[in-house]
This record gives sequence, C-alpha cells and structure tokens, in this order.
Amino acid sequence: MVGIGGAAGDGGASTADNLALTSARQGLHVYVYTSYQSLIRGGHSWIRLRISTKNVNNVNDQVGAMIALNQDSMDRHLQELGKGGICVYNGDKIKPGKAPEGVQLCPLPVFELAGKDALPIMQNTVALGALTGLLGLEFHSLESVFEHTFKKKPQVVKANVDAAKAGYDFAVKTYKKVSNPLGKTDAKLAMVHGNNMIALGAANAGLKVYCAYPMSPASGVLHWMGAHGPSLGICVRQVEDEIGVANMTIGAAQMGVRAMCATSGGGFALMTEAIGMASIMEIPLVMINVMRGGPSTGLPTKQEQGDLNQAIGASQGDFQRIIMAPTSIADCYTSMEEAFNLAEKFQMPVLYLSDLLMSEGHMTLETSFLDREFKIDRGEMIFEDDGNKAYYRYKDTPSGVSPRAIPGIPNHLYVSATDEHDDDGVTISDVYTDPVTRKRVVDKRERKMAGVLAALPKPKLEGPADADTTIVTYGSCWGVVNEAVERLNKEGIKCNHLSIKFLVPFQEKEVTELLKGKKNIIVVEMNKGGQFARHLRAETGITATGKVLKYDGEPYEPKHVVAGIKECLKGKKVVEAESLEPGWRTPHPPGPGVLSTSSAH
Amino acid sequence: MPTAVAAPRDAKLYKPEVPPDWCPGCGDYGVLTVLQRACGELGIPNEQLMVVSGIGCSSNLPGFFKSYGMHSLHGRSLPVATGTKMANHEMTVIACGGDGDGYGIGQGHFIHAMRRNVNITYIVMDNEIYGLTTGQTSPTSETGMKTKSTPHGNPEGQLNPIALALAAGCGFVARGFSGDINHLKSLYTQAIQYPGFALIDVFSPCVTFNKQNTFGWFKERVYKLEDKGHDATNWNSAMERSKEWGAQIPIGLFYKNPNPKPSIDAADPALQGEGLAKAKKLGLSAEQRKKLIEEYV
Repeated sequence: MVGIGGAAGDGGASTADNLALTSARQGLHVYVYTSYQSLIRGGHSWIRLRISTKNVNNVNDQVGAMIALNQDSMDRHLQELGKGGICVYNGDKIKPGKAPEGVQLCPLPVFELAGKDALPIMQNTVALGALTGLLGLEFHSLESVFEHTFKKKPQVVKANVDAAKAGYDFAVKTYKKVSNPLGKTDAKLAMVHGNNMIALGAANAGLKVYCAYPMSPASGVLHWMGAHGPSLGICVRQVEDEIGVANMTIGAAQMGVRAMCATSGGGFALMTEAIGMASIMEIPLVMINVMRGGPSTGLPTKQEQGDLNQAIGASQGDFQRIIMAPTSIADCYTSMEEAFNLAEKFQMPVLYLSDLLMSEGHMTLETSFLDREFKIDRGEMIFEDDGNKAYYRYKDTPSGVSPRAIPGIPNHLYVSATDEHDDDGVTISDVYTDPVTRKRVVDKRERKMAGVLAALPKPKLEGPADADTTIVTYGSCWGVVNEAVERLNKEGIKCNHLSIKFLVPFQEKEVTELLKGKKNIIVVEMNKGGQFARHLRAETGITATGKVLKYDGEPYEPKHVVAGIKECLKGKKVVEAESLEPGWRTPHPPGPGVLSTSSAH
Repeated sequence: MPTAVAAPRDAKLYKPEVPPDWCPGCGDYGVLTVLQRACGELGIPNEQLMVVSGIGCSSNLPGFFKSYGMHSLHGRSLPVATGTKMANHEMTVIACGGDGDGYGIGQGHFIHAMRRNVNITYIVMDNEIYGLTTGQTSPTSETGMKTKSTPHGNPEGQLNPIALALAAGCGFVARGFSGDINHLKSLYTQAIQYPGFALIDVFSPCVTFNKQNTFGWFKERVYKLEDKGHDATNWNSAMERSKEWGAQIPIGLFYKNPNPKPSIDAADPALQGEGLAKAKKLGLSAEQRKKLIEEYV
C-alpha cells in the first residue's frame, strides 16, 4: 500500500490519481481512500492506495511506500512504514525523519531533476516518476496517463513526462526497488468512485430527473449529473434545500419518470416528511443517503454508518419503503438496477444507504463489469389510454400493487393525496369516520411489503458454512470483514461472514435460518450505538454475542476487525476499534499553509 | 412554451363527482369556479392539466377539480409542481394553496420557484388567516389583528407577497378577488398563457375565522389597476402600486415582463423533445455507456 501525504492544494490528489491510473493501465487493481480535513486549502490529507494483482476492496493495515509532499507528511507518517518500505520526498525542501529499521529514505534532488525554472508542482511529478520506478511499474504506463490527461496540451505532456522520467531514472539508478515489485495483468480496468457508480448506475437504469442540494459526501453525484445530464437527456436541478429536493423528485416521479436525489444525513433529515408522501401516494423514487460522521454536522469528511436508525424511522405512521445498503463500490453500481426496479414494481420509495467510504473511495473495476445493459422492470404501468372507463389509481389488488397510469393520458384522471384516500384517490380524511376503508387501504399498501420480500435476492454466508462463528455486517463493511475472515481462517479460527444488503423489509426467515445454532454471532459496524446489531435483534430476536464498533472517523483496516473478533471470541461483548497510528494524531501544528477554513456542509 | 389556445370547452367538464366541502360562502368557491371556466375558455383537455396543492382548506382544491392532481405536503406545492413540469413539460401545471402554505411554511420555495422561473401558474388563496387549524395568525394577517394565536393582537409585520414576487424576479404578478369573478378569470387565462412563472394572489375571504378581512371589507377597498392607467410593463410602477394597502387596495395585473426570458423548462437541454415521461426506452445506449466508461480508463 502506498501513502501520499500533503496539504490540501498541494496536488496530492492528482498525484494519487495518476499513480492509480498508471497502475490500472497495467491491469493492476487499485483501492484508494483519502483521509482529509474539511478545508479547501491547507491542512493535511493522507491518501492510501492499495495496489494489487488481485481485486482489492479496502485499505490494508500497513503502508509500504510513501511520498511526502511536505514536511508535515514526513513527520506524521514516516514511522508507519514497515521493513522494506520506501519514502520518496523532495530532498531540497524536506528534512527526513529518523527512518524505522529497514526503511529506505529516497530524497530527490528536484531542482536538479526538474530544472530551476520548473513550477513547484513539478516536485510531485518527479516524485511520482521516482515511485513508479521503485514500485516496478512501467514508465510507459505513466507516460500514457499524462498523454491522456493533458491530451489538448502537448507542451504540458512533455514537461510532465520529462520531469517524471528524470525522477524515474534517478530513483532506479540510486535506490533499491521494493522487494516485491508490482506486476501486471491483462485486466481492462476503469478507475471509479462510489458516487460515480451511483450516478452512472442511475443513468444506466434510466434516470430522467435528478435533484440535489450540495452536501458532502454526496455532491459527487450532483457533479456527475451536472456534467453529463444535458447530453444524456437527464434533467438536473439544484434545489434551494433538501425539502425542496425530495418534493421535486417526488413530483417528477409521479409523472412516470425514474427520479432520484442524493444527500447525506442532515439533508436526509429534511427529506423525511416527503418520504411518507411518496409512501402514501405510492410513488417510486430512489433517495440516496451517503452517510458521514454524525450527529448533526458531525464529521463532514469522515466515515460512519450512523444513519440506519434515522432511515428506519424516517417518517410518521406506518410507511412502506425499502431500505438497502450497497456493500462495495462495485455494488453501488449494480444496486441502482435493483433499486429502481424495486421502487417501480412496488411503487414506493427506496432509501439507499451509501457512506463516505464507498462514495468517496476509489477503486478499479473491470470495464466489462460496467459495460452491461441493465434490466429495466417498471412493474404495472399504463402509458396509453386503454379505453378503461373505470380506472382506479389505488385499486385494491391481491398483491397490493395497483396499476399506475402516468398523468397525461385520457380517461385515467386521479388526484394523489397525502391525506388517506380510497381506491379512487378520494380523501377519506374529511369524512365523519371510515374505519373500514382506512383499515383496508393501510392493509393494501402494507401487502406490497410481502411482495418485496419475495423479490429480494437471498442472503448468503461467505466462508466455511459449518463454522460456528458468524460475523454479521451490513453495507460497506463487507470488503474489510471478508479480508479479516479470510485471515482468521488461515490462522485456524474458523468463521464465516453474513453481509446484509436489504435492511427493510428484513429477510428474517433466511437470516434466522443462517444463524441457527451459531455459537458466536459477532456484528461489525461503524457507529457507537450498535444500530445494526439492534436492528438484527428487533427483526429476528437474535442478540449478537459480540459487537465490534468503530466511530473514530477512519475506516476499518483488516487488523482492527481481526483483533476485534478475537477479543469477542474471548468473551468481550463490545470492542471499540481505533486508528492509533501517530500520523492520525491531532493536534499537529496546522502549519503556515492554512489559508481558509471553509467547512464542507 | 405558451399553452396553445384550443376550442373552448364547457367549464362543467372540470367538475368531478366530489363536491367541495368548504364552509358555505368561502372565497375558495369562486377561485375554483373561475379556474374551471378559465381552463374551459383555453380549451385545455383535462388530462393535460396537473393541479398541485399543499395542505390547508384551499389546498383541497385538486380534489374538486377534474384533472390529474397532487394534494401534497404543507408548503411544498411548488417543488412538487416543478418536478411534475420537469418530468412532462408538455402539461399545463397549476400550483395552488393558501397564504400560510405558500407564504409561511413554503416561503423558501416560493422565492426560489420565481427565481428559477419554471413555467407554472401559482394561485394563492389569500385569506390572511390559518383556516383549517381554526384561526391563527398568518404571514399576511394585518398587524394588530386578533386571532386565536394572537388574542392581544398580531405583534408582527404583514407580508407583502406582491412586492416580494416582484423583487424575486417573477415575470407575471397579479392579484385577484374572489368577489369579482370575471376579472379573476381574465387574470387566470393570462397567467396560464404566460411563458414562465405566474403568481396570482387572490383575496379569498375566510367567512368563519377572519371577521376582519371580509368580502365587504375587500369590496369597499379594492380597485382595478387597469382602471387607473397602470402600465403593467413597468416594474417600478408595479413596485409602487404593490405598497398600497388600506383604504385603497389594488387588484389586477401589477407586472408582466414584456420580454420574458425562456423559462427553465424551455431552456433545459434535456427538455427539448417530448416530455421525459413519454420516453419509450430507458437507460443508456451502448455507445453512451462505452463513452462514459472510457472517461475512467
């Protein structure tokens, strides 16, 4: 794993992008996670890139190579390198720390290599060239990335290629390569992040109207839509607040288009009244909540799975909705196909819980995985006048699903109301009382939930089925827990993994069956209160024997999960994992680079 | 896109089986009747109309009007109506509600819908009171007015929706009176045909809870702007007239932008063809998908 450290505005992100693309062009799989501050300039940001010939879904425990773009990064992270590690930095500007045993310090004479007139940002290019060489990546892969990135500016390509080559040649000549150089594969890979996958997935699923209010870490979806919507025939509206967002999305969806909105916890809180409207009006739509550290403004740039309780309780009354959580960046893409189909088939809102880890995490995916036509199942809809003179929008049916005529066609007029209403949409809220109709229409809507449950893919155990220890997770913990489970099994601790994707309706029967007879049931999630463990108990009556929790803002590394599970197996009920490396500690001197402190909303 | 004027239709065609259940004498009856006549005059087919309301007495209107409709959440008629217009811009979209709904809880959306300039008509049945909750002060209640929530007199200022609309860039700003039906109808037909956001604030007296601003009270005070030679293309004089309140209260067309810019739905590159809701095939074409994936390679 490679770490790149610098201040916001130092160019660390583009250096990391270029390294990731260089690796991807050699068929190497990459996973990238950035720990950053809610600052526009200055502060510190630490980007970890895990590069492998195999598929990778999460950060690893240890950094094997790093680029320090400033002194702060050198001071913070040098001690994280293990034996055989390398640290690349601008030797003209940065003083090295004391290297841990077996770590190679690789200062670069940047002035000499890039030329005295080079822009300061060229130090990044020289360092990237050097690291490319020391990791055993091919130079032409890096060259092709520059050619692609700056294709309209040949002089910029040349300046970058020259600086990178100088760094590459110098490093290969002067320093030792890493002990296990990166190889290559034939895989054709795309470098994506979760928000792009949500957006691309929605477009592939037939999205027509997208509404949003800017909010980290969901804004990436809006940016994608802003850039691509016009040419794809997707109407994109930035709305005055999330209340407006939710209501506008619902208005659009009512007309028969596939409509979506995305936000984070605070914005989702504002949307909750409208969720009930979509539910009682039986309007399909997809609402994305990209969870971040809460409560309230909380940690705008940090990871947490803290909004499950909010999603479950996100409106008043008995409201029908589907709550699902994709389990990886790849699944963020695939889940859009499922989300829209479920929403339309069962005419209800789908609450889709992503989180910062997936939405802002980057990884490589096979282009063939992405290049697939989605199956579009819109359920029972009426697009043209079928001559039916007795159309009832909310007709009571055995499945609870009433054929949905899209507004604009003759002979199917109806009014959808947030007031309780009968089969024809006529409100019963103003009559003296109508217990019979009220009960019947509530039952009709609730009946749809049984249909949803039957339509969901079944949950499965991963790992040895006969293990008497099962780790239960939901959402983004899938990748890191799978890796931890693999390690534990290698160590002789037999266990398997049950990842839950659909939280409402909950597959109580299947989950209960899978967990039957297990001696240890350990829930791993990312919040303080054990919200998912509580949900599991509420739905199945099963109490987890142990809980591994993390809510310090940083993602799990496999070692945290492995250690947590071991503690639970020794009898501990709750293990609270933490990222304890010195580089994570605050306060650290902010340094002179801090220019502004505008926080991401 | 202005609604094309078709052959006139009978106003009865817009009357559903469900009769209104407002209090006898409520101003909203006039508002509803006139809307049915205006739609008839413009010959708009029922299925081409989408009427969206919020919550409140007046927001029950879609249930008493034969068209497609949404009786949405309190204060949210405008974002919902905007969404419907985005998804099918070929339909005529009318938003409606009361003063509490639009100028109180929905105030933020009101300003932004005008700034956004979506081509919808917004009818506010302004009775200066909260009726459905049995008579509390509203944003347009006069200062000093005694209501259930302000038994010692409303201590707060009175909102001026006309001035607010003008300041927010609304291209069509009018005020009508439920007690003058023919005058009101002409405002409706003009508003529906205006190619952008059109506001009609309608004095629609609450006969049960507002004993101050009654039909009689308004009748004594209202005068028609057109009778006083007001130039509705002049924004500054519209702003001047909007300030009048008391012995003389203007109704009619305050302002109509003589050179309106295309509304947001007309300008949106995604809305240049037929309504989005009419798309037969959903999803990306193979070429579109390939091109998008190529961005990440």
